Amino acid sequence: MPWFRFFPLAGALALSCIVAGVMADTPATFLDRFNAEARSAGEGPGNAARGQDFFNKTHGGEWKCASCHGAVPTGKGEHAVTRKVIEPMAPAFNPQRFTDAPKVDKWFRRNCKDVLSRECTAREKADVLAWLISLK
Amino acid sequence: MTNSDFPRRAALAFILCVLPALVVLARADDVYTIKGAPASFTAECSSCHMAYAPSLTGKANWRGIMAGLDKHYGVDASIDSKTQQEISTWLLAHAATSARQAAVSPEFRISRSDWFIRKHDEVAASVWKRASIKSAANCGACHSGAAGGDFNEDGVRIPK
Repeated sequence: MPWFRFFPLAGALALSCIVAGVMADTPATFLDRFNAEARSAGEGPGNAARGQDFFNKTHGGEWKCASCHGAVPTGKGEHAVTRKVIEPMAPAFNPQRFTDAPKVDKWFRRNCKDVLSRECTAREKADVLAWLISLK
Repeated sequence: MTNSDFPRRAALAFILCVLPALVVLARADDVYTIKGAPASFTAECSSCHMAYAPSLTGKANWRGIMAGLDKHYGVDASIDSKTQQEISTWLLAHAATSARQAAVSPEFRISRSDWFIRKHDEVAASVWKRASIKSAANCGACHSGAAGGDFNEDGVRIPK
């Protein structure tokens, strides 16, 4: 087989890499990232049951995640103060969730400060995301 | 001008001047638009509450609000400095200019400005606390056109 016959194959591979690069952020890649960060901090990977528990508990402050997002965020939530509607958090019910890294990082940073008065650890984020991904 | 001209002239003046002025005033008084807002404004300022139009309050309040986003009425609403600059520029360019509406208010809150309080003086404290309203930040609970910037009194329905 002449060597140039491999061109289409190489082209297709390059294209799929580009597409994968453009679409890099998915809920699964975020979970991988948080799991890897948790591992390097000496902690285990995300656990859905632990995530559900975390989401529905207060952590020293007035609010829990569920205060605005609802106990099971497969449907719309409502802001605890302003009553503004918040779209579902579970990716199966809202495909826009966990697709944009700056957005995900920004909201974890802010909302964890509101609920825990500190930023969340990688394992806490992995727990919550593992749970959200499990909701179908 | 003879006396007989007067009623006709008065009617003409009313139709040509007073009537359009009333229409213009009625509109100018109650419409607060967010048309032309940068995308960052909608994304950052209307996730947790409705998008408050810049003309609802003056420059002093907007400066105060935008300088303290990390402690934004009990929540962390901090954003990166480039976005903050972009939103601030737009808010200040379209802020209210009339003295009564542009005055600085406690905590830079629109809802604590003299102007807002006077406009809502017939609403009892117990009404604000209803579960269907909950907060002065929830304009749309009573002002059906609030999301589109229309606060005309005709559109007000106070929920039970």
